Amino acid sequence: MSRSPAPFGRRAAKIVARETLGAYVVIRASDPGGPVPRPGQFYMLQAAERWGGGEGERPFLPRAFSVLRMIGSPPTPELHFLIEDVGPGTNRLCELEAGEELLLVGPLGNGFEAPREGRGALLVGGGVGIAPLAIWQDELDASTPALLGFRDAEHAVGAGLMANASVATDDGSVGHHGLVTDLLEEQLDARGDELEVYACGPPAMLEAVRATCVRHAVPAQLALESGMACGFGACFGCVVPTVDGYVRLCLEGPVLDAERLVGAAAFAGTGAGH
Amino acid sequence: MSVEFCGLELVHPIINASGTFDAIAAGRAFGEELIERFPFAAFVSKTVTLQPRQGNPPPRLWELAGGLINSIGLPNQGLRGYLQHDLPELARLPVPLIVNVMGSSRDQVAELVAAFGERAEVAALELNVSCPNVETGLLMGADPAEIAALLDRVRPLTSKPLIVKLTPNATDVPAVARAAQGAGADAVSLINTLRGMALDPRTGRPWLGGVTGGVSGAAVRAVALAQVHAVAQAVEIPIVGMGGVASGADALDLMRAGATLVAVGTESFRDPAAGLRVASELAELAANSAV
Repeated sequence: MSRSPAPFGRRAAKIVARETLGAYVVIRASDPGGPVPRPGQFYMLQAAERWGGGEGERPFLPRAFSVLRMIGSPPTPELHFLIEDVGPGTNRLCELEAGEELLLVGPLGNGFEAPREGRGALLVGGGVGIAPLAIWQDELDASTPALLGFRDAEHAVGAGLMANASVATDDGSVGHHGLVTDLLEEQLDARGDELEVYACGPPAMLEAVRATCVRHAVPAQLALESGMACGFGACFGCVVPTVDGYVRLCLEGPVLDAERLVGAAAFAGTGAGH
Repeated sequence: MSVEFCGLELVHPIINASGTFDAIAAGRAFGEELIERFPFAAFVSKTVTLQPRQGNPPPRLWELAGGLINSIGLPNQGLRGYLQHDLPELARLPVPLIVNVMGSSRDQVAELVAAFGERAEVAALELNVSCPNVETGLLMGADPAEIAALLDRVRPLTSKPLIVKLTPNATDVPAVARAAQGAGADAVSLINTLRGMALDPRTGRPWLGGVTGGVSGAAVRAVALAQVHAVAQAVEIPIVGMGGVASGADALDLMRAGATLVAVGTESFRDPAAGLRVASELAELAANSAV
């Protein structure tokens, strides 16, 4: 299992910088003494100020984010998170300015496993879901191919976070006009027996990737998302159905082998109100 | 700030609410540091039922202003799985273990109480009575006669402390508490979650897989304080107070209202070490107010 244990409790990480990247924001936080996360692991994030508490308004719970990348090295690593402002929690996180504090718990969950013998990695990402693929590409090799799907040109700016990327957009403004799974289909048709797929993205995309990989008999590791209150197995809120019954995504995932998932139903409760 | 509770010596008055902290899962996430800095003075395990339960279909959570609604559905491995897998691991925790059980008939609860009744690993039992009795159709914890009949049945089966976890979804909670005391309960704990519901804004249909769920977090703190206060007027047995506790000040409020112990629940989701923080804040407040 690809897992670094987390220090117990939440800790304050000072925001070093906030960068706007098209439709996204990258927040960079200093995590002195924090462990080195495995690619695919995640953190529970909340702002130290104006997050629930006395005001009693949302956001109240921390939000789960895969780590985008870690730069620097212990004892003073800097963690990067990719955020899209789509709800009260992400809105507050996107406002964080240098010098403010981010409270985090992590790294949590199980990250990606190395490709099986004789196969090379193919990364498939959609929207903000490209985050765990960037740190995975950092570890694997910058030449690892990435297929990235976005809504439009403003979101496709996010592709700049990765190397060797082929882009698809829903509106055709950048790259292939269509779905990222069209690009995946071409790759698997051409050389599926040499590949292992690593994917993260919205539920509908992940289900399409799962079904495509099953059809081509190509192994796939999928990083899922689910509404999650705690991130460490306490709340039992983030379950997804698998061949072994419901599993807590925060403990057994967020990276799951495609063959453990039971089809579209696996994604029915995923996606989170961020 | 040690405290005596039903014959147990606890190092401080802060424990966890059942079902809000899985010490085994937390051990996987945080390793040995969890044991070295264990956040609670006693550990209350998640509800055990006779048969295994998968729990409710997702989605299971809905965030509120200052809280959340959960519709988890008490997933657990059942009595046999708990005895085989969980109990040996939980027995290694550095604090006393309180096992929470629930059945849908008096016979089921009796079987569970008997199974734990004389186990050395178990310090006390908590009865989750927020469940209908399939024989009478009444919520066990909502009716004084039901609770008395349940305790008459299970009290003889164990010499360990029996804590009755009261549901706030009852007409007269103090009357239920009094009935529990009269039938031999050693303590009561309250509040359990309040029934609530959320609609999917896109479809207008219930968001939660279980349709309704339990409301917890800061949003229920005032309700908890009122119910603990009312129950404290009605009984002499000790009270475990809980509901939206996020700070030492919140814990002190519940103790001033009559609680002997205070449980932290939802706040642990926001900060896994919340129990430690609440305990130290409480100790500081208590030291200052004693001066």
